[in-house]
Amino acid sequence: MNDRPPQAVRAEALEDLLMEKGLLKGSDVDAVIQRYTERVGPMNGARVVARAWVDEDFRARLLEDGAATVAEFDFEGGQTERLVVKANSDEEHHAVVCTLCSCYPWAVLGLPPAWYKDPEYRSRIVREPRLVLAEMGLQLAPEVAIRVWDSSAEVRYLVLPQRPAGTDGWDEAALAGLVSRDSMIGAALARRPEEVA
Amino acid sequence: MSDGDDALLLGAAAPPSANGEPVFDAPWQSRVFAMARRLNEQGHFTWDEFRACLIAEIAAWEAAHPGADYHYYDRFFAALLQLLERKSICSLAELGRRSREYAARPHEH
Repeated sequence: MNDRPPQAVRAEALEDLLMEKGLLKGSDVDAVIQRYTERVGPMNGARVVARAWVDEDFRARLLEDGAATVAEFDFEGGQTERLVVKANSDEEHHAVVCTLCSCYPWAVLGLPPAWYKDPEYRSRIVREPRLVLAEMGLQLAPEVAIRVWDSSAEVRYLVLPQRPAGTDGWDEAALAGLVSRDSMIGAALARRPEEVA
Repeated sequence: MSDGDDALLLGAAAPPSANGEPVFDAPWQSRVFAMARRLNEQGHFTWDEFRACLIAEIAAWEAAHPGADYHYYDRFFAALLQLLERKSICSLAELGRRSREYAARPHEH
């Protein structure tokens, strides 16, 4: 084990080698993971978002100090040292990237998708976010400004998506069901009630 | 011999699991797990073959570390690499080179 790179680096190297040899695609690996881990990970983040939607004080604390506020939930899976939460609005849409490698708030979002660490996504989302998001299925009106946040080892970002219309009176558990991992990265909006009916 | 999920999650050398789902301490474990599963699904090796490799890997580690507890996914990863080398899919040397290259990347992680 002396001087051997960490397992995470070796796993990334193996996945890239296997992809280069044409033996698998990152999306295939994602699909297998999703098949096995549907209920953990992103549900942590979804609960945070749902609480922010129903509790104004919580929302204010979350935007002020993401890491401390998320810690109120006591999730397992490691800490996120400094977590900054960016709230989407009618005027602004936020998207998150790590341009250097693949930093990701694992404790609240679970397992990162393959596309998040794809070099093309990483470089293009910074240069042409509106187009990249549209390619991923998210069309934003021209008057909505897009801000892209670059995560690092010290600071990780989480997007607080807007609460969908038609959810008045919904409890936190039901609201959490509308929050996808991709909406917390900024690659999608929260699901609408009619999409989960 | 079934390569279905029951065989995967139950039986000898099954991964740690809760409520029928494998439990991972870190994302790399899920990637390694999924790579093994995918290669199996594509027919590069049977799950019985992989499992035999994993059992042997765990036994070898325990023999070399009497009284210590093995880390499941460290053994799992090692077993997968052994199998990939044996099948001439990917060599340990190749992985070593690429890993060291990645480890030398200029960033704070």
